[in-house]
Amino acid sequence: MVVDRKSLTWWERSYLPAIAGGFRVTWRHFANTVFRRKSVTMQYPEEKWVMPEGYRGAPYLVSDVEGHTKCVSCQLCEFICPPKAILITPPGPEGMAADRPNAEKMPREFEINMLRCIFCGLCQEVCPEEAIFLQKDYSLTGLTRGEMIYNKEKLLKLGGVDTGVQKWKQKLDEAREQEVFPVLGA
Amino acid sequence: MPAIATAAPATSVPPPVETVTVKVNGRTVVVPKTMPDWQGKPQLTTMLQAARLGGVEIPHYCYHDKLPVVGNCRMCLVEFGTPVMNSATRKPVLNEDGTPKIARSVLPYEPGTPRGAITCATPISPGMEIYADSPATKQMREAVLEFLLINHPLDCPICDQAGECKLQEYSVQHGQATSEFVETKVHKPKAVDLGPRIMLDDERCILCTRCIRFTKDIAGDDALGIVNRGSYNSVAAYPGRKFDNNYSLNTVDICPVGALTSKDFRFKMRVWFLKETRSLCTSCGTGCNIVIGSREDTIHRFEPRDNAAVNSSWMCDSGRLNYKWIGRPDRLRDVGVRGERSTWSAALRELHAALAQAPMGSVAIIAGARQTTEELYLLKRLAERFGAATDSVPRTGAADGFLVAADRNCNTQGARLTGIWSGTMGAQIPRIAEGIRTGKVRTLLVFGEDVTRYGIGEELLASLETLVVSDILPSATTRAAHYLLPGCAAAEKRGTFVNVKGRLQKFLKAVEAPGDARPEWEFLSDLVEGGVSRKVPATLEGVFNQMVREIPAFSGLEWARIGDTGAAVPL
Repeated sequence: MVVDRKSLTWWERSYLPAIAGGFRVTWRHFANTVFRRKSVTMQYPEEKWVMPEGYRGAPYLVSDVEGHTKCVSCQLCEFICPPKAILITPPGPEGMAADRPNAEKMPREFEINMLRCIFCGLCQEVCPEEAIFLQKDYSLTGLTRGEMIYNKEKLLKLGGVDTGVQKWKQKLDEAREQEVFPVLGA
Repeated sequence: MPAIATAAPATSVPPPVETVTVKVNGRTVVVPKTMPDWQGKPQLTTMLQAARLGGVEIPHYCYHDKLPVVGNCRMCLVEFGTPVMNSATRKPVLNEDGTPKIARSVLPYEPGTPRGAITCATPISPGMEIYADSPATKQMREAVLEFLLINHPLDCPICDQAGECKLQEYSVQHGQATSEFVETKVHKPKAVDLGPRIMLDDERCILCTRCIRFTKDIAGDDALGIVNRGSYNSVAAYPGRKFDNNYSLNTVDICPVGALTSKDFRFKMRVWFLKETRSLCTSCGTGCNIVIGSREDTIHRFEPRDNAAVNSSWMCDSGRLNYKWIGRPDRLRDVGVRGERSTWSAALRELHAALAQAPMGSVAIIAGARQTTEELYLLKRLAERFGAATDSVPRTGAADGFLVAADRNCNTQGARLTGIWSGTMGAQIPRIAEGIRTGKVRTLLVFGEDVTRYGIGEELLASLETLVVSDILPSATTRAAHYLLPGCAAAEKRGTFVNVKGRLQKFLKAVEAPGDARPEWEFLSDLVEGGVSRKVPATLEGVFNQMVREIPAFSGLEWARIGDTGAAVPL
């Protein structure tokens, strides 16, 4: 595509309209601060911007409304993560049972290295359980590198509760409504 | 594309093979009239086999090369056509252009509707045309897959099979994007404890009966069956019995879905993270071909690898689960010189000097028959330099008549062919013990054995001038060693083994050895190089090729030309 560049008129080339425009902005802020007592600075970090809807901040794990971990340790986020920031330790054969009924699996450990994370959101997009969401946090600090590796406990605490669907509970309720039939040898 | 994998090696003059000409997706393919079935007996070639020979893989669940054909999953349905015959002259009717006229298969009571045939169980006929990608075939496939998925729980994020699941693969390749099923799914038992090593999820099962056929016809233990009727059909073990034969984990491999899963591998690692390395099982003399699944130097599982000359597609559970010791925390990881931690260069330099002092006949070598052929060859060369007596330790158990051999060393024949032992294995050990007692043997090299358990006690070891021990795990022998050289498990190095039937097979490295441990052949070639005028090549390929030149049984072999399934050597 070729963009037609409009050539400047002699009046525009004189810079005078641009200078006037600049003064107008300066004067507006001056007037707002001095005469209308409106503040233009923000007391960061005590005050923070309200992030717009869809903002991609740090990814955290969420719990369902009953407080159970939603993550089932499928490791798709670990697989897709471009900077390899996610490290999941699956429960393994003798690992602890999941804290919710019907879904048998949940991560033993779930670590996100926030120094590596690029907030791309692929983990949220790939998650089949809606268990990880990019939230509004953008300013993460720590005194050591180790502190910046967030573990499962911390991620769940920061992530809060997701009111979305409880897939496995739904399946369990469905199963419970059915007649029970015996399976030999079970 | 596997062609006739189980065909016997060609003799000098192959007998003329009767062939049939068919068309697969419009391409003419000439196939043998009969092909070996699961038992190797010739049977009429099926449409599935013919399509495979024509380069078209027809999707299937219940069919398996090594199992009897049952044809119950219906996934391999395809539309086909046969030449129209003139009933009077018994000759094919021709089109105007001279090509034979083909009648597409249709329902007898509804001639407008194509009728499919299950390719796994339908033999081909001359002139048959197989339409593996026709619209009717695709529709049939979609419909079958939809039915198979009706009661499937869709719990892929939890299921261990995800990533190597035929249900997932075919759903992507041949399925529909959405389900039309609005009714409630039938819920069946989950996490059923089928046996000590097997977990069953009945909801995921598509009732292909591969597991039932395997355990009945291959393992010879009729432990499984299908119970209940209709959509409540479920696989279960015989009442009051556990599915616990020594081959049960093969059903996990052949299960096309996640119904049967290994308890050992349960929730351990997603399969797409696993690096797959072609290796060999070291638990007995059979030398089953395996694939090691590892991630970041942790071994997660062994799986059998096809080799018609050794293990077909199977392996025993005991061999499969015998990998955990490789990652044991007490593995030997440091070079030791008289109990002090040392380095390879310092220890080998000192060891060179010590060995240089040893007079002829004062050295003995006990080399485990679990070392690789290359290592045993280097040890034999070292022994020749000192006129040393060499031997291995026999290790036997009960053979089961299928895959487990009585010989529990994985390289007994390799040790014999390299000259480590002859006559009776282990016969030299009492003589070596006597030699140590009388003071004749002053230097002992032990590779991969705890000799204190085989007649050379700790007090005898203590009386030696020099005791060189290489091993993987600590033992009474390694504790007595003057020179402790940490070695590698087979999964951590490359090499070859010769199995009980005389098949030389190579294996590749899957994971790194812990700490300072090095493959034995590496430091053995250093040791041999110091004393023997002939140069030892620096690479394993070189050592192997040199060994081949010196040992008549191996003549004609070359590292690069031993394929994945090995080569037969005369015993």
